[in-house]
Amino acid sequence: MKIGLLSAVRGLALALLALPVSLVLFIFSVVFFAVTFPIGFLTFPLVVGLVRAYANARRRLAHAWFGVEIKEPYKPRPRFRRGLTGLFQRYRWVVADPATWRDVLWLILDATAGFVLGLIAFVLPMYGPYGWVLAAGVWKPIVDAGGGDWYTFIHVMNQDDANKAAMLGVVYAVIGLWLAPRLTRASSLLSRGLLAPTRERELQLRVAHLTETRSDALDTQAAELRRIERDLHDGAQARLVAMGMSLGTIEHLMDRDPERARRLLTEARESSSKALTELRDLVRGIHPPVLAERGLGDAVRALAMASPLRTEVSVELPGRLDAPVESAAYFAVSEVLTNAAKHSGAQRVWIDIRHEDGRLRIVITDDGRGGADAAGGTGLRGIERRLGTFDGVLALSSPVGGPTMVTMELPCVMTSPRR
Amino acid sequence: MRVVLAEDLFLLRDGLIRLLEAYDFEIAAAVDNGPELTRALLTLKPDVAVVDVRLPPSFTDEGLQAALHARREFPGLPVLVLSQHVEQLYARELLADGSGGVGYLLKDRVFDAEQFVDAVRRVAAGGTAMDPQVISQLLARNARNEPLGGLTPREREVLELMAEGRSNAAIAQRLVITERAVAKHTSNIFGKLNLPPSDDDNRRVLAVLAFLNGG
Repeated sequence: MKIGLLSAVRGLALALLALPVSLVLFIFSVVFFAVTFPIGFLTFPLVVGLVRAYANARRRLAHAWFGVEIKEPYKPRPRFRRGLTGLFQRYRWVVADPATWRDVLWLILDATAGFVLGLIAFVLPMYGPYGWVLAAGVWKPIVDAGGGDWYTFIHVMNQDDANKAAMLGVVYAVIGLWLAPRLTRASSLLSRGLLAPTRERELQLRVAHLTETRSDALDTQAAELRRIERDLHDGAQARLVAMGMSLGTIEHLMDRDPERARRLLTEARESSSKALTELRDLVRGIHPPVLAERGLGDAVRALAMASPLRTEVSVELPGRLDAPVESAAYFAVSEVLTNAAKHSGAQRVWIDIRHEDGRLRIVITDDGRGGADAAGGTGLRGIERRLGTFDGVLALSSPVGGPTMVTMELPCVMTSPRR
Repeated sequence: MRVVLAEDLFLLRDGLIRLLEAYDFEIAAAVDNGPELTRALLTLKPDVAVVDVRLPPSFTDEGLQAALHARREFPGLPVLVLSQHVEQLYARELLADGSGGVGYLLKDRVFDAEQFVDAVRRVAAGGTAMDPQVISQLLARNARNEPLGGLTPREREVLELMAEGRSNAAIAQRLVITERAVAKHTSNIFGKLNLPPSDDDNRRVLAVLAFLNGG
């Protein structure tokens, strides 16, 4: 009932929007393209800009009102040169993009079919109450004035006819309310046919996305390898060299100066201890042992235990995740926790990890002062890039005054159930 | 004293066997994987087991799981767990049943043969041997919190040694102070942490760790 009414009203709103705006924009597009030289050359890109803004608004509306998701199909805007060349480039950019023409087609479709569907969605359920109005006595003045209203197939001339009209009105209302959400949805789906990226365009977009995330992934990986190389070179490797030297000296001193040899031995053992500690820290940074041994849930619990903040962890994972996803998720959580401890002034943190509908979902909430900004260089960008490699996304909600909530989602499958 | 040993790296297993035999332990079994460890623990019921956390075939925490499993069958079965890294999480799991006879040490500790053998004996006797790293991690995390922050540096030192499972006498020797001074420190610590005092070394450790985990 409520959904039906809401859809009817939204249908009307859409119809009222579609007829003037879509029609006017359609005419503008056609006219300004037709008079290419010299005015259209300048103005057509502007009109297309308007069309795109309007189409984008309608894309969002289709999602918000009717649950039909429509992605943007446009080619990315290149950098234009100044002056006349730039104008020409701009003109080429809009004309060469098939999405422009699909938008124009959609405008005329929306102004006609979209308009009609929206109108029916509204009028049909409203026609029912009109029958009731007739039955309530309005039929009389109409007949008195020499008229005689046709309610569908009923010629309303007396109260009896009007009652029948009222009953038919109930049927109209019921059918109308049932039909309204379906009609508006159908209209949105119709729009999607033209507003959504074509299969080809979608693949292009996907390739662009993959190229970008792949180069990000390679950059991060290369940087990681460089860091590991440096750590090994300056750390464990150097200590082993020192140890080897000490041992050589000890061999030499053993008979002549046993006391000094013993001192050097102690030093060598300390050196080996330090080398081990350094290797341990390095390994923790590459792939924490607890993650390898226990999986994401317990690894995050171990993180929580080590965090200076009071951290509550709840995990719902039926098995182990793919190792690369596990690792990415772990380091993301680690980074967010570190951020919370450093910047948020929070006392407590809640971490929720679950796997639903083929997606890993991690929500981290703190009771800090909020105001965190993904663009503020607090490491969130880095996490976003890292997750991007796995088609994962990060959403940040951090109003000033808190709380801060970081939500991460990664598509992934579970592998072997735990033990 | 009969020992079951589980370590998958041949060199290390060999070294441990030689070390333990040099200190008059009898090696009842030396295995290199999880299933065999479980079988050895359940059938041989050794006086103490020395177990590497990570073992084949899965190379996850097979060793730890086998140890925990055996301790469910035989509560208090002394187990000393060795690892390349220490995790509070595992320490808590090992201590959870409260029956003592548990050790958890970094593999590096084997370098100091005397201390390592001392730890094995302590665990076999039903005591505890927690790696100093576990304790320092705990203290580092809780350093800012009351009431741990209220401890004097000396008391923190005593607490660390206590949590490793050392007796008052051992602590006194280590810090070069009198046993009476240690006793005074411990009672101060118990007072500040609201722990009921007790004579039993092992229960002291459990109480301290329970407090630290809960904190």
